[in-house]
Amino acid sequence: MRTIFYLIRKEFIQIFRNTFLSRAIFGIPIVQMVILVPAVTFEIRNIELCVVDKDMSTESRQLISKLQGSEFFLLKYTTFSETEADDILHSDKCDMVLHIPENFGRNVIREGKGKMMVTVNAINATSAQLAWAYMRGILQDYNAELTVHNLLPGTTARMSFIETTNRFWYNPSLNYKYYMLPGILVILVTAIGLLLAGLNVVREKEMGTIEQLNVTPIRKYQFITAKLIPFLIIGLIDLAFGLLIGKILFNIPFNGSIALLFLFASLYLVAVLGLALFLSTLSSTQQQYLFVVFFILMIFILMSGIFTPAESMPLWAQKFNLINPAAYFMRVIRMIMLKGSGFTNILPDIRGIILIGIGTISLAIWRYRKTV
Amino acid sequence: MHIFRDVRTLVILFGIPAAQIIIFGYAVRTDIKNAGIAVLDRSKDEISSALVSRLESSDFFILSKNLETETQIDRSFKEGDIKAILIFEDNFGKRLLGEGAAKVEIIADGSEPNVANLVTSYTRAIINDYMIDLNKAEAGSYMAVEPEVKMYYNPNLESQYMFVPGVMTIILVLICALMTSVTITREKEFGTMEVLLVSPLKPIQIILGKVTPYFILSVVDVIVILFLSWLVFDIPVKGSLLLLMLESMLYIMLGLSLGIMISTLSKTMQQAMFISLLGLMLPTIILSGFIFPVEYMPWVYRFLSPVIPPRWFIIIVKDIMIKGTSFAFVWKETLILIFMTLVFITISTLTFKKRLV
Repeated sequence: MRTIFYLIRKEFIQIFRNTFLSRAIFGIPIVQMVILVPAVTFEIRNIELCVVDKDMSTESRQLISKLQGSEFFLLKYTTFSETEADDILHSDKCDMVLHIPENFGRNVIREGKGKMMVTVNAINATSAQLAWAYMRGILQDYNAELTVHNLLPGTTARMSFIETTNRFWYNPSLNYKYYMLPGILVILVTAIGLLLAGLNVVREKEMGTIEQLNVTPIRKYQFITAKLIPFLIIGLIDLAFGLLIGKILFNIPFNGSIALLFLFASLYLVAVLGLALFLSTLSSTQQQYLFVVFFILMIFILMSGIFTPAESMPLWAQKFNLINPAAYFMRVIRMIMLKGSGFTNILPDIRGIILIGIGTISLAIWRYRKTV
Repeated sequence: MHIFRDVRTLVILFGIPAAQIIIFGYAVRTDIKNAGIAVLDRSKDEISSALVSRLESSDFFILSKNLETETQIDRSFKEGDIKAILIFEDNFGKRLLGEGAAKVEIIADGSEPNVANLVTSYTRAIINDYMIDLNKAEAGSYMAVEPEVKMYYNPNLESQYMFVPGVMTIILVLICALMTSVTITREKEFGTMEVLLVSPLKPIQIILGKVTPYFILSVVDVIVILFLSWLVFDIPVKGSLLLLMLESMLYIMLGLSLGIMISTLSKTMQQAMFISLLGLMLPTIILSGFIFPVEYMPWVYRFLSPVIPPRWFIIIVKDIMIKGTSFAFVWKETLILIFMTLVFITISTLTFKKRLV
């Protein structure tokens, strides 16, 4: 036990002697949180609209003014030429084009059916979907109004109307910061853990100091524990800083138990640091290690569901996420922070992360050889 | 020579882009599919169950639970598999047919705002469709605007169209900046840089010698990415391939000069790594407009984002590859990239000279 304690002290001294490093491990995450969290948003307002109204009837004008009145749309261009509208869409001057053909109004009134077309710039599939969802909502409202309005005078037809209301729980105004802060925090904690712990070992390898450690009577498990604990503590401190920034700067609620989150974070960091130690045994230079980490980190981040719903992924990707520790932490941190999920709610995730942790630590112990 | 001796580095160099293009093209989806929903049906009549089965039969939803009381709502959200809950008021069908109006409430889990938004709007659309059908059957006539939607450039709303240019942009700048900064600082740290400096080679020759191999490798990377995106996702380069290659080369040069700048500013390899990986990765992913549209960011970021080089290259790639536009549409972005490259080179030469003196 005393041996481990001394080794841990050695690691801390090494880290804090390096002024750049000690500043970077706390400075970079804090700066990035402050800058990046407000940037990530899909709160779509002012979707820029171009209208080609070839009909110029009461109905088409009503529809357009309804769109103008909504907070989501901004009428930027009106034209009568299809090619000009295409050009505007092509050069990114608007996000959406509304084509209203001739006789639109007459068809609505006489045949009960008016066709129109909407073209959306869909390179970014998500914003296209959201924009289209808003547009459809407005068209549906308009339809309902149209029907009621035209049926009123002396008709006997009976209308059945389903009134749909909706509410968002845990985040009533759909504030994206609530969603992104935990996500970015997970990435930063993971990146710091993977980089620091692994580079530390590879650096000792490169400098040759690892051989000095190898000739001492230190046991394998002592070595691994001593390499793990300092970075575990640093990771938890970074997490605490991040949560504090969230509370103070962005006023993000914390509904669950802080102790539970830190418990899970510790389990998570053990798994991640185990992975870092395992990878460091595989690479002989810091450069190699860096590329491996870069590769793994990119996959972890984008597969974890930080920006996109993890449930929509194909089955094989969801299977992969069973061994992706970042996916667990991403889900759990949001559940605990925003929804206040308790221990029993996240039990399957705890089980999963413990299994991954056991796996990576065993790999690290197995691959670390005292003889070079 | 240095590079090719190291097989592992080489594998990673080509493995990264290949694996990432394939993983993200296939795995990352922004739409919702099979989202779990629950129903709290207080009336359990024909109409409400018909509506529920309509929701179920769509690809978007899976009915995972039937709830009995309101207290179960919070619990099911906390478990985390349910995205939204539909609440039908009592006597739903009777009220709808008798009084002509009935209420349904959607409660969505707002902890994932995008999913919440999409689930709500899809549910509303399905309910509205059902209402129209019901009225058609009842009243015979119904007046409606029927919109037809065309998703330009990306008709099936595939995420690949966004991810291929995005992954390409991010991988190129990170690999270039990472590799050059790390190799140069490595020479500095191990003292071999001094050896090179006292040799009759000019500093510019040393730097060029360091950078050229990475330039060639990155160009090969671009070809691998473009080939894969054509082969696997059937995304061809719509515009001029030559133009895209030239622009990519410009962008690679920018990445390399960024790497040189980082290496002149940092003393050790670790510093270079921290700056280029930890410092660059998240900002490039988030602020480049790769996933999050820049237009919707708060106004401060509309000034901040233009400083990020990937922001401009991503526009160029999207324009040439997916929209098939010509140089006339991207000359402005190209000029900005050239300007940024020059700035990076100037800063590095200035600091480099200062260090020598």
